Amino acid sequence: MSGTITSASGPGRLSGLGVVLWREHRAMLGRWIARLRREPLTIAALLAQPMIWLLLFGHLFAGMANTASVPGDSYVQFMTAGAVVMTIFNACLQGGVELLFDRETGLLSRMFAAPVHRISIVSSRFVYLVALTSAQSAIILFAAYLIGVRYATGLAGIAACLAIGAAFGAGVTSLSMVLAFSLRSHSQFFPITGFVGLPLTFVSSALVPVDLMPSWMRVLAGLNPMTHAIDGVRSLVLHGWRLDVLAATAGALLLFDLCCLALAAWVLRRKLP
Amino acid sequence: MSTTASYTADGAAPPAVEADELTHNFGATRALDGTTFAVERGEIFGLLGPNGAGKTTAIRILLTLLEPNGGKARVAGLDVTRHPIGVRRRVGWVPQDRTVDPLMTARENLTFAAGLYHLGTAAGRDRAAELLRLVDLDDDADRLARALSGGMRRRLELAMGLVHVPDVLFLDEPTLGLDITSRRRLWTYVREIQRTGTTILLTTHYLDEADALCDRVAIIHQGRIQAVDTPAELKRAFGRATVHARLPEPAPELAKRLGRHPHVHHIRVAGDVIELDTDATVPATGALVDECRAAGAAPLDLWTQRASLDDVFLTLTGQELHTDVESDSPEMT
Repeated sequence: MSGTITSASGPGRLSGLGVVLWREHRAMLGRWIARLRREPLTIAALLAQPMIWLLLFGHLFAGMANTASVPGDSYVQFMTAGAVVMTIFNACLQGGVELLFDRETGLLSRMFAAPVHRISIVSSRFVYLVALTSAQSAIILFAAYLIGVRYATGLAGIAACLAIGAAFGAGVTSLSMVLAFSLRSHSQFFPITGFVGLPLTFVSSALVPVDLMPSWMRVLAGLNPMTHAIDGVRSLVLHGWRLDVLAATAGALLLFDLCCLALAAWVLRRKLP
Repeated sequence: MSTTASYTADGAAPPAVEADELTHNFGATRALDGTTFAVERGEIFGLLGPNGAGKTTAIRILLTLLEPNGGKARVAGLDVTRHPIGVRRRVGWVPQDRTVDPLMTARENLTFAAGLYHLGTAAGRDRAAELLRLVDLDDDADRLARALSGGMRRRLELAMGLVHVPDVLFLDEPTLGLDITSRRRLWTYVREIQRTGTTILLTTHYLDEADALCDRVAIIHQGRIQAVDTPAELKRAFGRATVHARLPEPAPELAKRLGRHPHVHHIRVAGDVIELDTDATVPATGALVDECRAAGAAPLDLWTQRASLDDVFLTLTGQELHTDVESDSPEMT
């Protein structure tokens, strides 16, 4: 009986698997989009938060920045890269919590009792967050354009910025998943992400050039993957296609992603039935 | 198909669910201790026991969510540890948790569930519409689940377990927390699902639910199955009927004489009422009337009370089902 089933599914197996994975992703993504649509406050926050960083803090720090040497025509132009990467960082760092909520309600167990591929539950979350943060990034870049920021590499450079953001976001999302599957409840999740979020942002090149930092902090900033993502995006915004900078960014983010994905794979393998 | 009801030992039509000497420990706590039972195709089978008896652990093993420490389990003919994917395709599950997404409509919750079982868009939409009709939610199909009543959400949960037309449906405490009207209504849907040929395994700690709904009931206590049979047969075999008589005046001395009668098992005297537990009401009643008359105290009133599953449970486990449930403590001594 089982023999006939295997042989029948033999030739069409790959396309069959493709259809199955597509249906699983469509179901999961459809759910998150349906949920997002019904949370207008969340949508407003997703749009407002990066604008606040860029417009409010951009102008707040601009005065101080006049006394120091900040690359670029204006502080806002300098900070645009920081605002994009910070937004991606925050969204992805919180990105795993939906799965933690599903764990708490029991819906995740219901999914595990279904023949869904475990990878779809995780990868659909990646796809969702990459799409969401890319849209946010595009809006920030457009808003910055409206207030006078010009891009050295044009539209192709903006596409490259989104690719760097996605590579960085994938690693952060993996870490968020690790938290979501390791912690007991969301009351532990938010203090941890809150505790980690701001220091990592300040110990990066988001708001201040690394050259202006004390030397010990410069070392920490160099170890912070956020710095590397920002440096790549900033170079595309301010200077153009500098292949040495982009190669360094790509190398650092690849290493970061590999470490995070390996950790996530190890944790999930132990936690999932 | 015609042989579904006649399962024989040669294995022509295996049971829908077989648990064979399942054991499972959580740390030092033994949740399952050689749990063995079989659910026949097409029946509604109840696992009855207090919280902490091992019901949920057994269900999680059968659903491939938990690997047993020992023993074997087969669902729809497939071994749960060797063929988990095959098992998942063939079983539906309605957990006792609230897994309906409150931010999606009833219909969206169902099409989401259909996607988890790999139905295509059109098939998922048709199946959702069919199930909304089955549980009488078609008028509320496009309302957000958070706006539905508790009973309606419960029906939606039930429908979500059926999107892929499972061979076996697991219902975990299906009517927990519902009012009596909603409970009875849910029971009618469960019977309707059984009529479509689906085998149903449900856990409950409601005795009336087990009595009203189940073809057979297994009583589980401390991780072991204590007895399996139809509710009627369990009551006959393990429960005693009670005959009550009200006398013109208290006659405590009758108790000793009645105790010698072969069918009388236990006697209680409470004021002018005398109660005796019996496995045969007619001879016991005759003896009671005779003895009372001989003592010059002919009974004024006589009535008989049948055994309930509660009594069966007490006989088999030495504890009452409901005291444990209310204290909600899994580690009762």
